[in-house]
Amino acid sequence: MTRLDATFSALADPTRRAILARLATGEVTVMELAQPFAMTQPAISRHLKVLEGAGLIVRRVDGTKRPCRLAPAGIDAVEQWLGMLRQTLTKNYERLDGVLAAMSQEQGDKQP
Amino acid sequence: MSKMTLKTEGDTHVVITRRFAAPPEALYRAHTEPALIQKWMLGPEGWTMPVCINELRPGGKFRYEWVNGKGIGFYVTGEFVELVPFSRLVHVERMHLPDVTPDNHIETTFAADGAGTLMTMRMTLPDAASRKAMLSTGMEHGMEASYVRLETLI
Repeated sequence: MTRLDATFSALADPTRRAILARLATGEVTVMELAQPFAMTQPAISRHLKVLEGAGLIVRRVDGTKRPCRLAPAGIDAVEQWLGMLRQTLTKNYERLDGVLAAMSQEQGDKQP
Repeated sequence: MSKMTLKTEGDTHVVITRRFAAPPEALYRAHTEPALIQKWMLGPEGWTMPVCINELRPGGKFRYEWVNGKGIGFYVTGEFVELVPFSRLVHVERMHLPDVTPDNHIETTFAADGAGTLMTMRMTLPDAASRKAMLSTGMEHGMEASYVRLETLI
């Protein structure tokens, strides 16, 4: 899955958006997250894995805990945006090469 | 031949170049005719563009919608500023995710390059501070709605 797709999918889930909102107030552990959400820790961990894969949160190791926080915004957001743009355009232009080849083929067919 | 370059210029510009084997006229058509746009301007694998409407004149509006078949979608709206067949396109666009992103001002040129075309796309974004403010505002709105839903569940 590409980053763009991963980000959209990650943000599409209301629970994951609520987790992000909770993280906006600062770093928290899985246990602290699980309480207000009335969810099991494994369920929360699965959501965190999706958010981490999409680059929206980062986690660090603290003994047996892995507290998480929002991925740094600002410069990082721009870098992420550029990365998504590069991936999207690379894919688009590969497809466009094919469309242009087909157009030139059609043009050739019309001529005697 | 097909190598793309993408680089930032200052705080607010992004410049993309790409060479194509086809002449400028074909590139211009592929960037303006909906039936052609819908074949390639699709982003990641699995996405399609069911809606592609554009009024090809200065001041004309356009709306492109994408979906990924898994219930996720977004759209882009914008206006054309300048259209010079087959060499130059200027437009302004914004994404709706559904929160709207800052206006992106885009100038695209198609220059004959041997038997092919050198395309140059220059994007101008609002200043870094306003962009950051808008992004965080958009995020807060989305999150507040999620909170409200969550409260009704707990």
